[in-house]
Amino acid sequence: MLSIRNLHAAVDGKEILKGIDLEIKPGEVHAIMGPNGSGKSTLSAVLAGNEAYEVTEGDILLDGENLLEKETEERARDGIFLAFQYPVEIPGVSNLQFLRTAVNAMRVHRGLDELSAVDFMKLAKETTKQVDLDPAFLKRGVNEGFSGGEKKRNEILQALLLEPRLAILDETDSGLDIDALKVVADGVNALRSPERAILMVTHYQRLLNHIVPDFVHVLAGGRIVKSGGRELALELEERGYGWLGIKDSDEVEAG
Amino acid sequence: MANTDKQVNELIKREYEHGFVTEIEAETFEPGLNEDIIGRLSAIKKEPQFMLDWRLKAYRRWLEMDEPNWAHVGYPKIDYNAISYYSAPKRKEDMPQSLDDVDPELLKTYEKLGIPLHEREKLAGVAVDAVFDSVSVATTFKEPLAKAGVIFCSISEAIQDYPELVQKYLGSVVPAGDNFFAGLNSAVFSDGTFVYVPKGVRCPMELSTYFRINAANTGQFERTLIIADEGSYVSYLEGCTAPMRDENQLHAAVVELVALDDAQIKYSTVQNWYPGDENGKGGIFNFVTKRGACIGKNSKISWTQVETGSAVTWKYPSCVLRGENSVGEFYSVALTNNYQQADTGTKMIHLGKNTSSTIISKGISAGRSSNAYRGLVKFGPGAEGARNFTQCDSLLIGDQCAAHTFPYIESKNKGAIVEHEATTSKVSDEQMFLCRQRGIDPEQAVSMIVNGFCKEVFKELPMEFAVEAGKLLEVSLEGSVG
Ligand SMILES: Nc1ncnc2c1ncn2[C@@H]1O[C@H](COP(=O)(O)OP(=O)(O)OP(=O)(O)O)[C@@H](O)[C@H]1O
Ligand SMILES: [Mg+2]
Repeated sequence: MLSIRNLHAAVDGKEILKGIDLEIKPGEVHAIMGPNGSGKSTLSAVLAGNEAYEVTEGDILLDGENLLEKETEERARDGIFLAFQYPVEIPGVSNLQFLRTAVNAMRVHRGLDELSAVDFMKLAKETTKQVDLDPAFLKRGVNEGFSGGEKKRNEILQALLLEPRLAILDETDSGLDIDALKVVADGVNALRSPERAILMVTHYQRLLNHIVPDFVHVLAGGRIVKSGGRELALELEERGYGWLGIKDSDEVEAG
Repeated sequence: MANTDKQVNELIKREYEHGFVTEIEAETFEPGLNEDIIGRLSAIKKEPQFMLDWRLKAYRRWLEMDEPNWAHVGYPKIDYNAISYYSAPKRKEDMPQSLDDVDPELLKTYEKLGIPLHEREKLAGVAVDAVFDSVSVATTFKEPLAKAGVIFCSISEAIQDYPELVQKYLGSVVPAGDNFFAGLNSAVFSDGTFVYVPKGVRCPMELSTYFRINAANTGQFERTLIIADEGSYVSYLEGCTAPMRDENQLHAAVVELVALDDAQIKYSTVQNWYPGDENGKGGIFNFVTKRGACIGKNSKISWTQVETGSAVTWKYPSCVLRGENSVGEFYSVALTNNYQQADTGTKMIHLGKNTSSTIISKGISAGRSSNAYRGLVKFGPGAEGARNFTQCDSLLIGDQCAAHTFPYIESKNKGAIVEHEATTSKVSDEQMFLCRQRGIDPEQAVSMIVNGFCKEVFKELPMEFAVEAGKLLEVSLEGSVG
């Protein structure tokens, strides 16, 4: 489904990704771990088409099509979804209106009729319950005054409503209490299907107890330095990154 | 930053959709301003002597006044002798007796603008007075309004048919000597709307005037006078458009509102004069004086404005709160794009006991435009227990535009309470990225964010026009995303 080949990317002239290769097939769950500042969010942003990052080398193919030629919104409509590490607020725009606009944009792209306000309301209410959010959150401004954990659940709510083909979850587990972690994990598991792939960035192997990945990759200094099965996550938890020849993010910067 | 700018720029570039010219035979005065012109204007309108005297007095005052230069706007010097002060579509009879007598070209013009005047297709529940250049061409729903006792007609008709009301109230809120542009308007105003709502009557429908400037080199100087008698209520809306022309055109209007005891006037404006092209060429100079007097106790005047057009806007709808417990409100959305300049705001003059006022101003600047809020809240010695709440928010789109806030407070009363809040924000790249990542078009994203920003004001507009206003913002923002 997704092929990343020798991907290099820079921000403000500084190279962050230094040659990433990754293959993701439908139905697979990939976890990406790695020290702070190693480029995990950069990789996520580049996949989603954030124009702040410049791709200097390499290719990204989605179902054989060159993703790099597409605008952010086109990639989104092709099924790429990014749950943000730091979701932004849009004051005054209700969550409901935002979600409905997004869902209808996707539906139009897929040749479906737009959902009426009433039908969408019904769907949205059910889905908010699924992520344990009060439907009152639909009336509030997008992420406006949401707590950290509420923002993360709101991201999963969006993933569930938009039904992506590839969901990229950038630290959706950070800042969650134990119950919320379970809710988010259940949400992600509900997304899992044979046609859908998931790429999750995380620092903690505890999430992987709930969502069992097929592959675990370690990103350091802008490269994937090790890949393995889920046991790699357990090993990292026990031993840290040192044994891979990585001590801290400063050294990563230098390398 | 660059991303949002590019999108914003594209969004702003959409063409002005009301820019067409109506080909119609018109009777137009040669350019120039003098007592003779004013005499001819008054004669053509068959005005009583008091009106001519009033105009001439205003003209003589005006000659001694200086054009104001304190506003945060810059524009080339206006040659008042190069403007034609009267232009009206030619017609056979003196006044159209019914819509059948109105030139079909004119009806077509209003249809194109989305304001059908025909009996069959009229806007449901909204009575319209259509003003074309210097004259009112049609007023709809006259009969049902008359049945309720509401007078809704052009000011020219009112001068002939209701001279006592006109004489009593014209200039009572905005005297001819109030300011330069009000003085000019008093001397040469050609038409406009007159409304009188009698005691205890709730006006059965929305009233609205649609102003259209068509002829070249003319100015539009309309005059609106609305009187709400004791315990009455009226909601009034004005809309404005003009063709695209390379020369600037002057629009200098005066609006006066009078609310007696327990009366309420809700005045909404959707202003979409031609703003000039993306290089700042052409466009309307919109210099208007709007003021309401709450002279009765418990009266209320509420201004809501959505200002998206004009090259230069200079406008401060104000309230003089004289009656005890009277209330003034000002809700404003002002959007400037390309090279547009707006200096707008309000004055709340608290004179009576326990008077209160609310000011909500939302300024949106895009392109290279400049947008200023200027507000004055004043408490006289008698304004015991008076209070004001002011909130001024600015939203910047791109990084070449500017927003300014000039709030002034003058208090001669220690007991008065003022609260002031102000914010400035920007449509950020992160917000745009979030929307686009969810599959939303950049244009739609900007308009959604801007609409969200304006929500508090839009909810004050009559239903039909809230939707209209949202769409208007979308069009005005075209080319503003990058
Ligand atoms: N706009 C920017 N300007 C300058 N440097 C940037 C910018 N964006 C990211 N970087 C740098 O790129 C590097 C990678 O950042 P990134 O956010 O991808 O790391 P990460 O792996 O997601 O870290 P974390 O685990 O802390 O979330 C960091 O050193 C960061 O400071
Ligand atoms: Mg990160």
